[in-house]
Amino acid sequence: MSPVFDWAFALEILPTLGEALIITVQATLLGMLVAVTLGLVLALLRRARLKIISAPAALFIEFVRSTPLLVQMYFLFYVLPVTGVQMSPLTTGILALGVHYAAYCAEVYRAGIEAVPRGQVEAATALNMSGWRTAVGVVLPQAIPPVVPALGNYLVAMFKDTPLLSAITVVELLQTSKMIGSATFRYTEPLTLVGILFLLLSLIAAYGVRRLEIGLQRFGGKR
Amino acid sequence: MEDYLSLMPALLRGLWVTIGITVGAALLAVPLALAAGLARMSRQPWVSWPAAVYVEVFRGTSALVQLFWFYFVLPLFGLQLPAIAVGVIVLAANAGAYGAEVVRGAVNGVLKGQREAAIALNMTSRQIMQRIVLPQAIPAMLPPAGNIMIELLKNTALVSLITITDLTFRGQLLRSDTLRTTDIFIIVLLLYFAVALLITAGVRLLERRFKTR
Repeated sequence: MSPVFDWAFALEILPTLGEALIITVQATLLGMLVAVTLGLVLALLRRARLKIISAPAALFIEFVRSTPLLVQMYFLFYVLPVTGVQMSPLTTGILALGVHYAAYCAEVYRAGIEAVPRGQVEAATALNMSGWRTAVGVVLPQAIPPVVPALGNYLVAMFKDTPLLSAITVVELLQTSKMIGSATFRYTEPLTLVGILFLLLSLIAAYGVRRLEIGLQRFGGKR
Repeated sequence: MEDYLSLMPALLRGLWVTIGITVGAALLAVPLALAAGLARMSRQPWVSWPAAVYVEVFRGTSALVQLFWFYFVLPLFGLQLPAIAVGVIVLAANAGAYGAEVVRGAVNGVLKGQREAAIALNMTSRQIMQRIVLPQAIPAMLPPAGNIMIELLKNTALVSLITITDLTFRGQLLRSDTLRTTDIFIIVLLLYFAVALLITAGVRLLERRFKTR
């Protein structure tokens, strides 16, 4: 009978898991790229003065935030090919992660934008700046730095949601560990290692976000 | 329209499983969150440390990894639980860990002077917690607790990956039976959205009740 936790076996599979971790990190970073850009667009649309624009944006944000990411992933994975869009499972997964977290990021941006004092916008109007210049030149530079830590927290959250990619056949960290498990009948080591890897990386990332928060405050994030 | 109705019975059966898991896990998560949140603030290290480890482990790892770990690894240690129990327990533990931080934040948010006044009145620390701190902290916990409930509802979709026939799993089954992919997933998403709206409305109701008191 082999030991409960076989250290030699754990060490042996570590490189394979390390390779899979690269896919996971890749998906997280690309997904976050989609989320922060699409999120900003959604936040601005939601603040549009025209109801025909702001109401659908608000509904979309609410809907995406309150339905499961897994179902959204299935939706994109199975429905996109029907409409003629061909994408690899990884791309589909990154898109799903990005859209899901874009809805969260939109709310973060909104909080940041609402915290910019009204006088700033009024002053920009008084200086005859266009709406676009007011947004890009005056409001956003003050709205975004204070919310960077909040966005960072969603980066960590997204990282922890990447195992869902395994449900749409992407071979990332969790899927790799399950494949090792079904090939060797040993699930303890691969699944425990995956848990530890996630824990380590998200603790490090959370620490980084906290440092960033302190740094931003010192830098002049105060208002 | 009739076409959509033919899909509903199977999906509704799944919806009940989803709601059952959500409610069961929520009922477990609330005491867990209170216990872990308060324990983490204890001055005794052997009380605060286990709570801190629990909170960090469940917040720091992925919910799906937690599910798989409890589903695949625990039986190897001789603890064989039915999938549904694993689902409810893991989701409750996950939500409880996030809830513990909400409890901690709300309790820390109670003004320091309130505690000091209670100490000056010679109240025991138990009395301070029960009569002064918690009555003020609970209303502050409600809005973030509502968010955690919605996260919990969304996380229940993960149990479909450990063979439980919840709403998501029913959707998958129906998809392979009827191939009406788009219709099915739109209905599934709308059903989840409806439950989430119910949770939001419920939390609003609770908030109003606590405010008028």
